Amino acid sequence: MTLQMNWSRAGTLLQRLGSVIGLLLLFIVLSVMSPDFLTTGNLLTVLRQVSINALIAFGMTFVILAGGIDLSVGAILAFTGAITAGLMASGHGIVLAMGAGLGLGLVLGMVNGVLVSWGKVAPFIATLGTMTLLRGLTLSYTQGSPIPVTDQGFALMGGGYVAHLIPLPVIWMFIAFAVCGFLLRGTVFGRHVVAIGGNEEAARLSGVRVSPMKVAIYGLSGLLSAFAGIVLTSRLYSAQATAGAGYELDAIAAVVLGGTSLAGGRGWLFGTLIGALLIGFLNNGLNLLGVSSFYQQVVKGIVILIAVLLDRRQ
Amino acid sequence: MAAPLIRMHGIHKAFGPVQVLEGVDFELRAGEVHALMGENGAGKSTLMKILTGIYAPDSGSIEVDGQAVSITSPADAEKHGIAIIHQELNLIPALSIADNLFLGRELHHFGLLDRKAMATRAKEWLDRVGMSRLDPSTRIERLSVGQQQMVEIARALGQKARVLIMDEPTAALTESETTTLFKLIRELREQGTGIVYVSHRMEEIFALCDRISILRDGKFVGTRDVPGLAFDEVVKMMVGRTLDARYPTRTPNIREVRLKVEHISGGMVKDISFELHAGEVLGVAGLLGAGRTEMARLLFGLDKLESGKVTLDGTAVTPKTPTEAIHAGFGFVTEDRKAQGLVLDLSLRENVSLPRVPAHAGLVDRGGEKKQTAGLIDALKIRTRDMELDVRALSGGNQQKVVLAKWLALKPRVLILDEPTRGVDVGGKAEIYHIINQLAEQGVAILMISSELPEVLAMSDRILVMHEGHATALLDAHGATQEAVMTAATGGK
Repeated sequence: MTLQMNWSRAGTLLQRLGSVIGLLLLFIVLSVMSPDFLTTGNLLTVLRQVSINALIAFGMTFVILAGGIDLSVGAILAFTGAITAGLMASGHGIVLAMGAGLGLGLVLGMVNGVLVSWGKVAPFIATLGTMTLLRGLTLSYTQGSPIPVTDQGFALMGGGYVAHLIPLPVIWMFIAFAVCGFLLRGTVFGRHVVAIGGNEEAARLSGVRVSPMKVAIYGLSGLLSAFAGIVLTSRLYSAQATAGAGYELDAIAAVVLGGTSLAGGRGWLFGTLIGALLIGFLNNGLNLLGVSSFYQQVVKGIVILIAVLLDRRQ
Repeated sequence: MAAPLIRMHGIHKAFGPVQVLEGVDFELRAGEVHALMGENGAGKSTLMKILTGIYAPDSGSIEVDGQAVSITSPADAEKHGIAIIHQELNLIPALSIADNLFLGRELHHFGLLDRKAMATRAKEWLDRVGMSRLDPSTRIERLSVGQQQMVEIARALGQKARVLIMDEPTAALTESETTTLFKLIRELREQGTGIVYVSHRMEEIFALCDRISILRDGKFVGTRDVPGLAFDEVVKMMVGRTLDARYPTRTPNIREVRLKVEHISGGMVKDISFELHAGEVLGVAGLLGAGRTEMARLLFGLDKLESGKVTLDGTAVTPKTPTEAIHAGFGFVTEDRKAQGLVLDLSLRENVSLPRVPAHAGLVDRGGEKKQTAGLIDALKIRTRDMELDVRALSGGNQQKVVLAKWLALKPRVLILDEPTRGVDVGGKAEIYHIINQLAEQGVAILMISSELPEVLAMSDRILVMHEGHATALLDAHGATQEAVMTAATGGK
């Protein structure tokens, strides 16, 4: 950003910084209220917890920026996690299992994209459909019981550490953030995502291939969900049929808290990271303060509402 | 003499550091049609938004009937009988005419809609605007832009507006609709309504208005009585200089046949044939709904070509998508720049490079992109401080130049322009004509759809006239008259 910023951009920046300020405030409050909060161990634990949601939310950011929504992310996470674990349980290698899981996530996401673009189904409905369908498939594939993972190499994906300190999922999160951020700001693909969300008709008339773009965008969301599924399965040493339930809503919350417009066309990936961190630190803080899990949801809901209301005011 | 209907005095308004209005005065009497003129960005829209309660002024006073009032919301404005007909229509497409007319003030018995009464009343209102042939139960989306505008006017009248602000009301109207509108405006004037007429069309203003107020760069230049006022004086007041010529001349450089269209049909377009040469401007005239835009859409791959053949530089082309059309060498400046031409929340730079982002292997070349944009800002004289500014913040004329820039970046072989100067002020129009001429001189083949007859006659080399989907005439523009074009456009022999 240059110094000669115009007023509308400055306004946007202020709006954007809202989530950062919120996170800082939360940080300060929690540091004062709980002595256990500001410790390396606790902070890294939170980052690890946040990583799954952040991975999904990065994909969700692209979908929402393009004017869509993806409710199937949690179901894709569960299904691809189960398939990956199942393949390993039946004796296949880790590379093949993970490749199959990621490939499947990509394809499932692309199916969403096809339904939305060529099928002209509203994104909410299309992904609600695939979500329900995949939940059912996962239940029947796993027969409702967890698929254990024994491969020690695979277990490192979610359970390993770098330098005996930083959890690998945190590394994945930052790598994904860097890659996705570059994709959004530095490539023609990213430019077209924002253009489609801003004015789909103008984008189409400018020669942007809107339908293939949508397939790619939902594909990316599916791919990142599958990756999150692998990390989660690895960390839990097993794939559960009900894994990732409600994750779609956490991801949407992270995107919206980060200041991305649900109407599409306006937003940024850094905000999503901040949004995911906000949710993670809020959960953590409430735990440390001994707030019951019932009230934790109440607080989370209120925070989301306040954030969105503040956003509207500006 | 009685107090004026509206008196605005010393209005100041700034958006951040940008001073948009600096001490503007404006007075509207009952029973007058008062034109508000000025180049795009002069502050006309802002002034009217203040009058209708959309923006609050930083300082200054507003009086209605000599009483100081504070108008802080559109509801306040409505209470004082002030209504605005927007350039961008504010109707809900999926609802019927009657539903829209009564939106927010539905007639009902204890919460149950009284559809019958609303339909009857709607019919009366439509009669008043000369649209008696419309059925009030028709959905808005089935109406032409012109008809939608009449519905908006009917709605304002139904709300017993005493002050009617019209923003470029004739931009989308056919000749007969314009005549109906003018008749209506004169009737309303007789009845004591004050009408603010915001337009760039000089001929209309001189024919219709009693007084003209002029703004330039946010400052009030003056108010003049129309009788005895010279055309040139108004232009001079608006731009602060005299314009060389309204329609700049072009050195003809017509070369080989570039686009050959043979018997194309599709949708409402029926069996159209013509040839378009490199370096030629082919004007397309016709009434609203004659199928001009539809023909352009066929060529650009937006609608399905049912039959016929299109040849570009000797190669048959049948684009099925805009992407294919662009690759073949077409560019299309659409009629509705906000809905179809621009992504308003993206910067000028990002809009210009939308059809083709300067990139290497998918990675955006920021430097190249900035250079390309800067070059086009220079070439098209786009007035902006910064290419990073959202195009939403630009004035209409500058937005239109951004749409042109978007296509010029691609160096198209055939450029289709659909109403290229709609909602653009006199100075901006002259600049756009100049750009069109330059492109033609460089050998671009230009198909220019326009509803402004003087523009078509002055800018074109030849004129294709359409009526109900058919081509009814192909005239040589030199020697063609407005009458000849209108005769063909109305299907007459």
